Amino acid sequence: MSTDSYKAIMDQKAEIMRSSVGINYEKYTTGVLSFDYEAMLNDTGYDLDATRDIQGRSAVGDTPLVELKNLTELVRAVSEPGKGARLFVKDEAANPSGSFKDRRASLSAFEAKKKGYKGIAAATSGNYGAAVASQAAKAGLGCIIVQEAFDSKKIAQPEIAEKTRACEAYGAEVVRLSVGPELFYYFLIILKETGYFNASLYTPYSILGIETLGYELAMQVKAREGRFPDVVVATHAGGGNVTGTTRGLIKAGAADTLMVAASVDLSGLHMASDRDFNRKSFTTGHTGFSVPFSTWPDRVDVPRNAARSLRYMDRFVTVTQGEVFYMTEALAVIEGMERGPAGNTSLAAAFAIAREMDREQIIIVQETEYTGAGKHPLGQLNLAKQMGIDVRRGDPRENQPGKAIVIPEHPSQIKPVEMDLDRIRRSYLRNALDSLPEGEKATEKDLEFLAADTKSTQDYVRDVVNELIRTRFLGGKV
Amino acid sequence: MAKRAKKDTWVEIYKIVLEKGERAPQVPNDTQQVPLEMKVKGFLVQDAAVGKEAEIITPAGRRIKGRLLEINPAYTHMFGRPIPELSPIAGEIRAILRERRNAS
Repeated sequence: MSTDSYKAIMDQKAEIMRSSVGINYEKYTTGVLSFDYEAMLNDTGYDLDATRDIQGRSAVGDTPLVELKNLTELVRAVSEPGKGARLFVKDEAANPSGSFKDRRASLSAFEAKKKGYKGIAAATSGNYGAAVASQAAKAGLGCIIVQEAFDSKKIAQPEIAEKTRACEAYGAEVVRLSVGPELFYYFLIILKETGYFNASLYTPYSILGIETLGYELAMQVKAREGRFPDVVVATHAGGGNVTGTTRGLIKAGAADTLMVAASVDLSGLHMASDRDFNRKSFTTGHTGFSVPFSTWPDRVDVPRNAARSLRYMDRFVTVTQGEVFYMTEALAVIEGMERGPAGNTSLAAAFAIAREMDREQIIIVQETEYTGAGKHPLGQLNLAKQMGIDVRRGDPRENQPGKAIVIPEHPSQIKPVEMDLDRIRRSYLRNALDSLPEGEKATEKDLEFLAADTKSTQDYVRDVVNELIRTRFLGGKV
Repeated sequence: MAKRAKKDTWVEIYKIVLEKGERAPQVPNDTQQVPLEMKVKGFLVQDAAVGKEAEIITPAGRRIKGRLLEINPAYTHMFGRPIPELSPIAGEIRAILRERRNAS
């Protein structure tokens, strides 16, 4: 077997990860499944003030909060009298590389520099790559970004092609791979070869970096309106955005603000399929990430994921591809803000949720992202047509990921679909049960942890677990 | 004759990282049927011909060998044609707002 064979490298995963992240994760273990989440975050030494200071020095954060008065009027045009909340957006496109991901990259770059790493690397096909490359450029660090970029017919996903260009513009090496989760295998080879810092999306640095977003928006609303927002909507993929933003809201004192996670529905498409790769029309913010990451956050490149979205979300909704493209168009033509499509997932959800709310209430879309060639509805929809996807106007309920993108005919047709949080919690607990090592029994500490991790109670966890065990026993699986 | 590139030229190389029999077990069937391919850009270490083995130094300073794919490759992603299904939306939304403003 060659020293770089798939198995040989994957067997060294734990060791490579430890030296590339510099965190001793085992230290935080408290039970069979549980770990001390807060201690893991606190031990980094980056509290909110320190993070704000570091980000301020690299031009990250302090982005404008924009009231979307025309969109609010459009909401009210399709709402019952007295309904239609005020809609605001945090214009995160104003960050150096054009998205909130700069917040996530900033602490990793700072930490890597402080600890004497020569460079930083990240496995990412999205905005995060550009953010890491941009922060590395400022810090004088080497940078390697590994992307899943093209299918076996060599057709590049246009949004990822734009990220390739952006990363190269910031002076990074960009490794472009075809479709498949073995991207992680090649990423490990790079970390082993270069000794670079792993700017994983799921380390404490990446999550603490987003707390400033939630904190800023709460304080901006407070300063302007004398109170905190009622609802914040965040585009949900791996869970970092929801986790970091809510933690920041809580630190600002806005603990009663509701957090709504929103994803584009890509059900039916397989995330590791070569065929489906260029039929998704979205590269992030979709259910292909958000559902598996909500139901089992530790499926990532680090032993303990600091992004634990189920702890923080109050509601989880999906919107269709066509609804997001419609809202992207609306944002440009009545608000004069041309912003990338993926970040507008939360905008599409917020538009519909605002209709249910009272006029006096405030709802915040917590990010925008830059737009450009490829990273744009035109690039995505031209590719979709080329791939044989039916793009048409109609009822968004007829949208079928990979087959039909249905653009609404009227804003009143935009209606998010509720994800059943009880089902998500049960699915999480099933995964927790599956990960119990043979012969081990969960402890009181585990119960406490699982309740916190699912934003439920110990009684709830006990009931669901007992039910799962009973069902399995009856099904003959135990 | 294949095009040749001089040392220090910005190029893209190609290589297969995993052959189709070597793919990870959890990969779906359609992906199992194709290799895991890689493309990387950098500066040529020595003169080389397109289609032949070449070595590059990447912007991060790594040396990688592979088949020389392209000399100074273009960025070809674009906006493309306007989408007829999106084009009327501006007018429709403006009409809804106009109607509402006229009514009040």
